Amino acid sequence: MKARDVVLVDAVRTAFGRAGKKGAFWNTRADDMVVKVIRELLRRNPQITPEMVDENAWGAFCQEKDQGTTLGRTSVLLAGLPETTAGFSIDRMCAGGMSALTTAAAEIALGACDVAVAGGVEHMGHHPMGASADPNPRFLTDRLVDQSAMSMGETAENLHDMFPEITKEMADEYALHSQRKAEQAKDSGKIAEMIVPMTVYTEHGWVVADHDEQPRPETTVEGLAELRTPFRVMGKVTAGNSSGLNDGAAGCLLMAKDVAKDLGIDYKMQLEAFAYAGVKPEIMGIGPIPATQKVLKIAGLKMDDIGLIELNEAFAVQAVAFMQEFGLEFPDDPRMNIYGGAIAFGHPLASSGVRLACHLMHAFGEHPEVKYGLMTMCVGLGQGGSVIWKNKQRDGQKKEKKEKKERTKKKKE
Amino acid sequence: MADKPTLFYTNMYESNVGKIAIVTMDNGEDYKKPSTLGEKALASLNETMDRIEADKDLKGMMLCGKHYIFAAGVDLMQIPFVNTFEQGRQGGAAGHAAMKRIMDLKIPTLAAINGVALGGGLEISLYCDYRTVSKSVTAIGFPECFLSLVPGWGGSSLTPRLIGPEKALELIIYNAMNQNRMINGSRAFEMGLADRMFEAVEFFDESLLFLESIIEGKETVERKPPDMSKLKSLADAARNFVDMRVHGATPAPYRAVELIEGACDLNRSIGECFAEEDRALGDLVKSRQCKASIYSFDLIQRRARKPVGRPQDVKPRPIRKIGLIGAGLMASQLAVLFLRRMGVPVVMKDIKQEFLDKGVGYVKGELSAQVSKRKMTQAKADYLGHLLIPTLDYSDFADCDFVIEAVFEEMPIKQQVFAETEEVVSDTCILATNTSSLSITEMASKLEHPERVVGFHFFNPVAILPLLEIIKGEETDDVTLVTAFECAKKIRKNAILVKDSPGFLVNRMLTRFMGDCIQMVDEGAEFEQIDDAVLSLGLPMAPFDLLALVGPAVAFHVGETLHHAWPDRFPISEHMKQLAEAKITSIYQGGGPGKKVNPKVAEIWHDKGDREFVKEEIVDRLLTNITYEIDLILKEKVVSDPKDIDTAMILGAGWPFFNGGITFYLDVEGYTPKVLQKVFFSI
Repeated sequence: MKARDVVLVDAVRTAFGRAGKKGAFWNTRADDMVVKVIRELLRRNPQITPEMVDENAWGAFCQEKDQGTTLGRTSVLLAGLPETTAGFSIDRMCAGGMSALTTAAAEIALGACDVAVAGGVEHMGHHPMGASADPNPRFLTDRLVDQSAMSMGETAENLHDMFPEITKEMADEYALHSQRKAEQAKDSGKIAEMIVPMTVYTEHGWVVADHDEQPRPETTVEGLAELRTPFRVMGKVTAGNSSGLNDGAAGCLLMAKDVAKDLGIDYKMQLEAFAYAGVKPEIMGIGPIPATQKVLKIAGLKMDDIGLIELNEAFAVQAVAFMQEFGLEFPDDPRMNIYGGAIAFGHPLASSGVRLACHLMHAFGEHPEVKYGLMTMCVGLGQGGSVIWKNKQRDGQKKEKKEKKERTKKKKE
Repeated sequence: MADKPTLFYTNMYESNVGKIAIVTMDNGEDYKKPSTLGEKALASLNETMDRIEADKDLKGMMLCGKHYIFAAGVDLMQIPFVNTFEQGRQGGAAGHAAMKRIMDLKIPTLAAINGVALGGGLEISLYCDYRTVSKSVTAIGFPECFLSLVPGWGGSSLTPRLIGPEKALELIIYNAMNQNRMINGSRAFEMGLADRMFEAVEFFDESLLFLESIIEGKETVERKPPDMSKLKSLADAARNFVDMRVHGATPAPYRAVELIEGACDLNRSIGECFAEEDRALGDLVKSRQCKASIYSFDLIQRRARKPVGRPQDVKPRPIRKIGLIGAGLMASQLAVLFLRRMGVPVVMKDIKQEFLDKGVGYVKGELSAQVSKRKMTQAKADYLGHLLIPTLDYSDFADCDFVIEAVFEEMPIKQQVFAETEEVVSDTCILATNTSSLSITEMASKLEHPERVVGFHFFNPVAILPLLEIIKGEETDDVTLVTAFECAKKIRKNAILVKDSPGFLVNRMLTRFMGDCIQMVDEGAEFEQIDDAVLSLGLPMAPFDLLALVGPAVAFHVGETLHHAWPDRFPISEHMKQLAEAKITSIYQGGGPGKKVNPKVAEIWHDKGDREFVKEEIVDRLLTNITYEIDLILKEKVVSDPKDIDTAMILGAGWPFFNGGITFYLDVEGYTPKVLQKVFFSI
């Protein structure tokens, strides 16, 4: 079997709400959020008809109730896609959406299908993390993992232990930059382009959920310094330098490049390589480092070749550790998370991987000079996932073609 | 307990085209308790309008309901407390005043009809500039005339001006007077009631986008001006239709036609039209017919849902297979019902193969009809057809849990088929009888297990009339009764518990009524005269047309049973006996207005008396006697509550809502006080 090139046509997301009764999505079902994203993708891309969608892949960490019953299939029926569209659900904790994306892409690459919707959703208000978990007691009795591995905040504290040079002040400073960049992106209208407004029911009537509830543009260094450290006495991890608990869905349209070309469909980026790597569960935040090393190797690229990076900021310490490893500029590298990250927008677990793709797609559009971009995230219980994309919104694209033609001409001559 | 009031909640949305107010009508309950509009709702609407009128930045308004419900009309529980013209008129005026504020807004307004929109709930949408409707809505309509009211919060005036008199009459008159038929979203869109129809999945989002493009001027709505040219003939036709239905017995539908006609005169201001509606409400809300309708509505919608007399704390036995004794028309209708509603194997037994073939043919035909009406898939029809097991042998009943007989109305035959059944079935198998008048106790008396016998009396046509009398014999035990009630629920019939007594309930009432009708003819009255007098009460069918439907032979047979029990009150008419024996099926020849008395019938009655009757006397005799009969029925505890009688007459005989069944009418019209020196009504 020969692999085909896979391209991303578009990506959108719902607004990210705060989890819980006060959040915009408290009375909204997760599957309805998924349906909204699927329909918006097709609405924005009318050249792709519902009949063309072969596969509908959705990641969700918690796969029960409104995220259960094979969400990838139920959302086909709920969204009004034809019954011929197949669908599945997938789980890799925080990287559920990323895995839906790479798995659907792999299907396309191997010729199993031509067009797929892939996305991720997490309604953390309806499904508090670990609420229905039943971990095997052997994890603890056989000392397979440290007790802290089950608590993401504690794994972040562990990471501070591992990198003592990353201080709480540095984590806070990083978080502040994330909030500022998010605010700028919001003011520029960039974020609104990514979000599909959705009418949602509340106890006080219908409202339109059209903006993220997590960002705190009013954040200051002083304010951050005063926050308590819930995971440890005299710890370093606070609500201010971590992502939040959120409700959200993000999805994208993927297709085979040759099919897109045949149909004259514009696409934004092309999948270059992806990789997942496992690490010790109690320092799961380190995951993006080996995953990125692995994907660079697969792609035959170096970090210097990467012009834009979207890293999911589960915790600031984990982002800073990544920056140190790859020699990025602290506290704010011009390549990294140019619209801010999960510390500002929030992290509805399985949806975040696809939010990264959505951000990268827009970042590529603003930076036609960039050729390659990376998205990467850490995963609970010790994994990292990384995907490299090639920018297909380069003004250089046409130039390249011209050059290629000229080169072939020269050869002929 | 009073329901929670519906409130209007306002949320401001900063859209791409400016600020839009999203107004939600919500009573804070789930969809099973629809939002209704009462006094508090109107106060809340007025507060909302204060806010919206004051906000100069607003570019538009969208009105929505809660999940699955837009608004289900006026709060009916307020109606019993309105007793004067002025109270009723003011109720109308208050609604008009509040809702007209929506109409007077300078910004574009949109009603997004996302769910049930009935009566006042539909009316409020008409004050908006535009309407969208969800494709999934199934209940849109004006039930007012069905309840002896008129759409009096703008519906009678705004509807014809929006979609023309023809469609307005369809909605307000024809649908309401056809068992309160409702329309769905697609029909509302076709009719022009809504300007756009969207899928339910993103209904509010798409409605908002529609409103935004109107605000932006990107989209305009083209409406055809309503065609008023045929107004006169349409209104006359509607009045004829109403006459046919109620024969003048309730004023509301006539008044509604009048209001629609008035509103089609575009020289009149909408304010004048609204004032007419207010006056109509003043007259109607206090009327006996309206009060009776609200009483009936409560009986059927609320009280009948929890059948009185169903034993509590007893678990029904499962019914996994049903046996039917007989393959005649009644049995075949029951087979269709059991197959469709219960989906369990039905064993149909008769004594001759040709009877069985006919029965099976009927069932398959009915199933195919469902397929052609697209109410069932072919595969489902095939499957259900396959569940029907015709047999000539009792032994096929062996594993049945519930066997019902529908054989000749002869006690020895019924006793025999039950005895033969008992030989093959388990000790717990229920034996039900569809007898219309024979004693359940006697039928059970020769069985080894008489406690398993229960009356299960349907009304013809089985598919249409929702009543089921469940009759308890002396020995019938609670588990048998509760299983019968559970079965009734599954086949979606309204069951009432009736004591084992000749004619049970509905047939006793109808037979008494019919007996008087025939006796008056014997004394000298004309058939047509009796029919006209009864129709003037608003009953759905003239007695001698009903006689043809039931069949004189069957009616005579029931009459004999009752005569046997109470010879004084249920005399046998020799003429009637001759009619039954002559196998004449109908008093009249032909139907409709041109019908004439069959000469053979006239021949039978050639020696009738020469007393002259006037309409008032006919009505008086019928109602006086039925008042006595009801009193006896209640004293004998055939049923325990006059409300059961009303429920039964509405659901089993189609007697109208606006009489409140019958006891409400007798109380209010003075028969009960005059005849019995009391009233039936109790809380």
